[in-house]
Formats: sequence, structure tokens, C-alpha cells
Amino acid sequence: MSMVIERETAAVTKVVLELEVANHAGVMSHICGLFARRAFNVEGILCMPLADASRSRIWLLVFEDERLEQMIKQVEKLEDVISVVRHGAEHAVFERLETFFR
Amino acid sequence: MMQMTGAELILRLLERQGIETVCGIPGGAILPFYDALGQCDTIHHVLARHEQGGGFMAQGMARVSGKPEVCLASSGPGATNLVTAIADAKLDSIPMVAITGQVPLGMIGTDAFQEVDTYGMTIPLTKHNFLVRDANDLLEVIPEAFRIAMSGRPGPVLIDVPKDVQCQMVSFEDYPPVAVPNALPEVDLVAIEKAAEMINASERPVLYLGGGVIHSGASHLAVTLAEQGGLPTTMTLMALGTMPIDHPLSIGMLGMHGARYTNYVLEEADLLICVGARFDDRAIGKAAEFCPRAKIIHVDIDPAELHKIKTAHIGITGDVTQVVEALLPLVQVKLREPWLAQVADLKQRFPLAKPDLDNPRSHYGLVQAVADALDDEAVIATDVGQHQMWVAQAYPFRRPRQWLTSGGLGTMGFGLPTAIGAALAAPERTVVCFTGDGSLKMNIQEMATLAEEDLNVKIVLMNNNSLGLVYQQQSMFYGKRPVASKYKRAVNFLKIAEGFGLDAVDLDTAENPAATLAEALQRPGPCLIHCSIDREEFVYPMVPPGAANTEMIG
Repeated sequence: MSMVIERETAAVTKVVLELEVANHAGVMSHICGLFARRAFNVEGILCMPLADASRSRIWLLVFEDERLEQMIKQVEKLEDVISVVRHGAEHAVFERLETFFR
Repeated sequence: MMQMTGAELILRLLERQGIETVCGIPGGAILPFYDALGQCDTIHHVLARHEQGGGFMAQGMARVSGKPEVCLASSGPGATNLVTAIADAKLDSIPMVAITGQVPLGMIGTDAFQEVDTYGMTIPLTKHNFLVRDANDLLEVIPEAFRIAMSGRPGPVLIDVPKDVQCQMVSFEDYPPVAVPNALPEVDLVAIEKAAEMINASERPVLYLGGGVIHSGASHLAVTLAEQGGLPTTMTLMALGTMPIDHPLSIGMLGMHGARYTNYVLEEADLLICVGARFDDRAIGKAAEFCPRAKIIHVDIDPAELHKIKTAHIGITGDVTQVVEALLPLVQVKLREPWLAQVADLKQRFPLAKPDLDNPRSHYGLVQAVADALDDEAVIATDVGQHQMWVAQAYPFRRPRQWLTSGGLGTMGFGLPTAIGAALAAPERTVVCFTGDGSLKMNIQEMATLAEEDLNVKIVLMNNNSLGLVYQQQSMFYGKRPVASKYKRAVNFLKIAEGFGLDAVDLDTAENPAATLAEALQRPGPCLIHCSIDREEFVYPMVPPGAANTEMIG
């Protein structure tokens, strides 16, 4: 029962995470594995290389959850993750994509 | 301009990193590297009998030296066999670099012979891992692997190198610089000041030391902090030896098999100063009920450990040495007579019971007899199970890196190969491997390696012909219904040892077991010391899994 309530209240707040990472095969596995292991749902993922091709930017759409702080710390520990910035749900990146998912 | 193959380049980079001994097993996909190794005079290769054994030998060297050490395996089953030793290193924060062979680049993804996705498989087990797709990348990857393994919180790093990359010619001007650890995080002086104020204002503080104190080389500083602040000090399984067990401020190991008084002291504490420990469930029991009256100061070099299990009032990210050095001038000298008297009273009323201590054929007595025959220079390794807990409870550890045990992963089979690694790193020391009959069988093939290397390792086998800790849990928590925990036939370990070429003594039949034991320990070279233990002897006290630490049985 408590799980249900938690999910409902959590679903209200979305968080957008902006990651700058090293651009090579395997980086996505490292990041997705961390979330999957903890059954932390990732609602959306976007990844594109930056102008400097040695780096990529990953956008993650996740729900606010009491475990999110710990999740972010674990992501920051990954060797290939250069930085993590947290944005509110008002960030436009996923909203603009919505037309592609109708 | 230098020119060499990828395999030679790996070797040169290992040499430059100060590697003198590597452990592993060759196989098809790593043969180019082994061929280069065969022509190298500076690096000694120890041939393990199972890749997991090779991994634990590297761990044994690293646990004794504090530096990253190297293990090798081929692709496929070589790599899968190595996985347990890597996972064990991750959970105990041991610096290690594992190098695995891989099928040639063009064959990756074709289900080639002995192909597994070693990179994918080891993502969650390593601190970081690499799949090298071009031999030129080795110039960067090898030093990076060492830097990562030894920086901050140490850990294992894996480098998967396809066979054709090992054969590829590389040309380059200069070797890369030898890897050094990252700069330490800056100490937060405001937090340190607040922590010191909390320590000074507290009435019933307890210092809680973890394995991070050993990794940081801060044992002396931690003891000084305890003495200056009048802090009763408990140690995790990983931290045993940081404060000598007979130090007046030591309250021994906490947790599932800690002494009653230790867990009771923690129950009374009004301040817990956690240094380089991570609130593991075997140490703290039910998290919500651990130290219910205490505020928490938590020091760890890994920021993700702060507030992970218990929310700290003050969390300090930092190297233990630097943090304690900064704390010391601010911590007032206190005698804390009422609190220490209360601790002494609890200790006197609820001590660790060690029945039959002067009988070397009993479990505690055997641990004591080994300690009596050795000095503090010896290294004590264990396997996993009842014997491990009895040694943790009863052996008088007095220096860091004296004690090597599989804490986080709890890997049976850890003891013998780790003891071999310890002896490789410190050949002047006597190395004892306490083991049980269940654990020993999990890497018993390394007796061959031990005999071949002729190292000063003494295997002390507590034989109850069962998986003792499983049998104990089934007896205590599963209605006394033993399932798959009692062996139906006994193994003659003396003959096995003899078959592998080891010296062996049997305390069961010895006229004077203490003397036989002491002689065997003092005779140079490897030896199996066998002693039968009553299966009905359990590890007490015991906190049932999931219960609060104060709910001890026994």
C-alpha cells in the first residue's frame, strides 16, 4: 500500500537530468545499468554527440523519488560521467520531442 | 621512436607501474601477451590453477601492499571464472587491475569460440572497465586503469584486450607518465569545526572505524583521536587491527557476531563518529534501530556513502588521514570518566564468552593457540563461515593489514589463494589461512600453486564436515531442519594435502596438540594443520538477519 502512495505522489514531480559524458561505446550501458539495478524508472533518454566529438550529452527524464539524490551520486561516480546537472520538469528538451511520440 | 606489439606495450607499462608479480592462467585469446611475458625478466608470473584463484592472489598482494596488483585470464571461461574475485574486490574496495584476453576484434559479436561479453559482464562489478579496440589506446588505458584503481575509494578495474590488439604494432615517441592517485578532496574545514564541537559537547561518544581507515593508512591517527577525545572505539570486520584489540579504548567488533557489550555500548551512545565505514547491514543490523540515541558524524572519501543508509548530521567527504589530522587540534582532551566507567561496566557484565579457550582442539582454543605461537608480524587470512567469525572475535589483531578477510561479498574459497598472494607480497612473514572444510574445497586446487611456489603459508583447517554457518542458521531459524548443509561423507584432507605435495599435521591425533601446532607454524614452508571441530558449536552471540543489534541470541 505504501508503495502505491509513494509512486502516486512521486509521479507528480518530474526531473530532467543533463549529463555530459565521454563519447564511446559502453557509456550508455554503464548509466542505464545503474538505474535498472535499482528499479529506478527512466521515463525518457536522449543522447547525442557534442560538437567536440569526444563527448556526448545525455538527457534523462526521471520521477522525483527519495532515492534520487543517491542515484545522482552513483551516476557522478562513473568514470565516464563528466558532470550531472539537475533541471526541473519545466525544461523544454522532452516537451519539444512530444510531437514525435503522438 | 619506439615500436612494439600491444602485448609488449602492456608489459612495459606494467613494469613502469612497479608490478613485479602477476597471477593468472593462459589461454588462446591471451597467448600473445603470455608470449611477451615469457621473454620478460622483471615480472614473475604465478600460475594459478583456477582464474578465481589468480584473482584472489592479486587481491592478497594488494591487501598486504595497499597498491594495485594484477591478475590475468583468457577470454570466455577464463573471464567468467575471474568474475567472483573482481566482485569481491569491489565490495571490499581493494585496488586491482584485471587483464583479460578477448577474441579478435572482427570476431566480437559472432559467438566465436570462448567469446563472452566480458566488458558488459563486468560493468556492475568493477570500478571501471575498458575494451581496447586499438593498441595505441593502451598508452592511455593502462595508466588510467591504475589511476582509477588507486584513487579515492580503491577498487578493481578490468581491461579486455582482443587477441589481434595484443599483436598489433604500435609506434610512439615516449611512454606515458606513471599513474599516480588523484589529488585528495579538499577538506571542508567548516564541517570539521562543527564535528569537533559535537565531539567536545557529547557525553557518550563512540568512534566507529571501517576499512577506509586502513586504505588511508590512518590507523595511528585514528588511535590518537580516540585517546585524545576519550572515545570508546569499535571496529568493523574490515577494520580489525586498526586499534590493537587490547587497547583500553577498544570495544571490539560490532554487529551480527560482535560481543554483547559492544552492541549495548552503541545503544547508549549519544554521538557516533563513523570513519571510513559504510553502515553495512551485517555491522549495524536493522538500520532504523541502530544507535537510536546518537547523532552521526560520517567521514568517507566516497561522497555516495554519506547519507546512503543513515542520514548523518555532519557528512564529510574526505581522506581519513586528512580529516583526522584536521580534527585533532580541535578535539579537546577528555577523560570521560563516567562514560568510560559505564562502558567498562557493560564490558564486565556482557563480555564475549570464549569457552574452552585453553583447549587447542576447540574452536576458540585453536585460534588462541595459533596466536600464542606467532607474533603480530604474521598475516592472518580467513575463508568465510563460522571459522571466520571465531577468528574475528578471538584473534588478537594489533596492526593494520594483519587481517585479510572477505567482508562485503563473503566469498568461500577466498582464503587459500589470498594467503598465497599475501605470502608473495610479504615473503618474510608467516601467513596463516584459517579455513573450514566447506570453504577450502572451493579453491583447494591452489594447494598445487602453493606447493609450486613453496611459500610460508599455513592452512589451519577447522573441519566439522559441514557448511557450518548454514547448518547454524537452519538450526536456529529454520526449525532445526538441516538441508544440504551436512556432508554425508568425510574427506581425508591430510591425504589431499600430501597429494598436492604439502606437509600436513593432524591435531586430532597429536599427543600434545599445542606443541604440534607451534612446531608446524614455525617450520618454514607450506603446511596443512587439520583439526576436527564439533558441528554443534555455533557462533555466538548472533543477531538474527534483519533484527536490531540488541536482539542478540547467545
